[in-house]
Amino acid sequence: MIGVYLKELLDNFRDRRVIINTLILGPLFGPIIFAVMISFMTRQATERMEAPLELPVVGAEHAPNLINFLERQGVIITEAPVDPEAAVRQEIEEVILRLGPDFAAAWEAGQPAPVELIADLSLRYSGTTISRVRGYLNGWSGQVSQLRLQLRGVHPDLTRPLNIQVTDLSTPESRGGMVLAFLPYFILITVFMGSMHMAIDTTAGERERKSLEPLLINPLPRWQIMAGKLGATTTFALMTLGLGLVAFVVAMGFLPVADMDIALNLDLRVAAWAFLLCAPAALLAAALLTILAAFAKSFREAQSYMGLVILVPMIPSFWILIDPTRTETWMTMVPLLSQNVLILDLVRGEPVNLAWFGLSIATTSLAALVLAAIAGTLYNRPNLIFTSG
Amino acid sequence: MIEANKLRKTFNKGKVVAVDEVSFSAPDGQITGLLGPNGAGKTTTLRMLYTLLKPDSGSMRVDGIDPEDAPLKIKRALGVVPDSRGLYDRLTARENIRYYGRLHGLDSATISRRIEEFVRVLDMGEFIDRKTDGFSQGQRVKVAIARALIHEPRTVLLDEPSNGLDVMTTRALRGFLRELKAQGRCVVLSTHIMQEVAALCDRIVIIAHGRVAAEGTADELLARSGKTTLEDAFVKLIGSDEGLLA
Repeated sequence: MIGVYLKELLDNFRDRRVIINTLILGPLFGPIIFAVMISFMTRQATERMEAPLELPVVGAEHAPNLINFLERQGVIITEAPVDPEAAVRQEIEEVILRLGPDFAAAWEAGQPAPVELIADLSLRYSGTTISRVRGYLNGWSGQVSQLRLQLRGVHPDLTRPLNIQVTDLSTPESRGGMVLAFLPYFILITVFMGSMHMAIDTTAGERERKSLEPLLINPLPRWQIMAGKLGATTTFALMTLGLGLVAFVVAMGFLPVADMDIALNLDLRVAAWAFLLCAPAALLAAALLTILAAFAKSFREAQSYMGLVILVPMIPSFWILIDPTRTETWMTMVPLLSQNVLILDLVRGEPVNLAWFGLSIATTSLAALVLAAIAGTLYNRPNLIFTSG
Repeated sequence: MIEANKLRKTFNKGKVVAVDEVSFSAPDGQITGLLGPNGAGKTTTLRMLYTLLKPDSGSMRVDGIDPEDAPLKIKRALGVVPDSRGLYDRLTARENIRYYGRLHGLDSATISRRIEEFVRVLDMGEFIDRKTDGFSQGQRVKVAIARALIHEPRTVLLDEPSNGLDVMTTRALRGFLRELKAQGRCVVLSTHIMQEVAALCDRIVIIAHGRVAAEGTADELLARSGKTTLEDAFVKLIGSDEGLLA
């Protein structure tokens, strides 16, 4: 068994392609994409918040006071295009304010004056601009209503039965957690990328080279041969995972964290915990990919299966992204999901819940061992041994 | 010493009969040749002997041991050069052989010593420390033989050993097999080349359509068929010349 293990390691270390793919590109892929994504997102967000707001207005002449107010707030009022709807639809403008000719009449009559915001709410990037415009409009609306009430001798507070205050308990770390929602996926994917090539090479590759039949004639129980191969594959997955985590820690140092008013709690200590969490997932990935690759007749056939499997660790990440909920105990018992939620807890700077970590590691290890056991029986099937006949 | 008794193997749930009640014996100190056209069932028979396939029925013994009872013991007793001689391209010839030695549980000193012997006997000095990527057929077969015999097995099975070899390498191979025979080992090889059995084998088992068509020494086969040349004898015994002379 150890003989198989050492040979597979030696064999694959000789392959420069494997080394580049698995030990260099694999660990760097996540951090680089992630860092680029995050810094782009934050730069966009800051730009949108701080850049002067340009607002095309239709019918500005109907409400000179409102326009004055907006200009005092630093909004740059511009000429609206002839066809505002078309301009928004074609994404020339994000938001257009339209004041109808009946604005003045309603205003004079003391009725709610109609103001129209034209925007496409399905365009996510326009959200910030819309809420900024809304904020200005609400501010003016509040000012005017206070003045009106005061004129009639009513204390403005009467119209505010509730004084709502939100006490934000989010820490810089926990806000960072939101930004990092996809971090677990990028970490988990490294164990799949790390084991992929090796899983194919040791099974489908062995068939393609026609070296499987002679190998199995050696006086070694077949499960031991498979165990040696799985061990080597897992070792590669762990190396990729470790390198990937270190790369993440380094990459996080380059992010404009200060601009985001968040702290990314991803230092070496957190990385060590994450490594511990994902280590059983490395065996899981290795066993899963090995089982698939063992059925393939050639390298290429195996690779086509792998593309789909890479999506598997994505499912829990997407689920958390769409439906972000608190970590609950049952989640920590689902392999891959548990790594997702617990890594998120870690980077949000929450204290380590040893029971949850234990559950995650135990259940993932169990699933991994079941898969490994299945893999161990594969070479008892004659149709997986012979390339022909 | 190999004894096969009415071995039968079918594929596709019995629809394809690959080997149909094949019986033969291969004594120690002799070279036994399984001769037959392509697809006659030679490889399947050998695969049952080296325990990679389970026979549907029939029994076999290698040195008195039933492979089905003690597969690992049989694998230690056998040296097999199967039809597929895949080597690991990124490893050197020496590393390929050493790997199999390790799998047999041999210690490094023994492995090194035996590799040196093979280098001498099989004339592998020129390429023993080169990566096997780009090896010629002859070089590959030599490595495959060395790794299969690293544990000095008493019984040696070779599936089409001279496939794709040039004349010189074939001669060297035959010399090597005679040497094994002289050491008192039991050598079984399968081939579809008639000259090979004629030149090398003490006993000939002719297999056609999954069955044993005839068994015996070259002289016995000649006598039984009433022909004067081995070639005619084979054609007569098989019933056709299909595939044999290819």
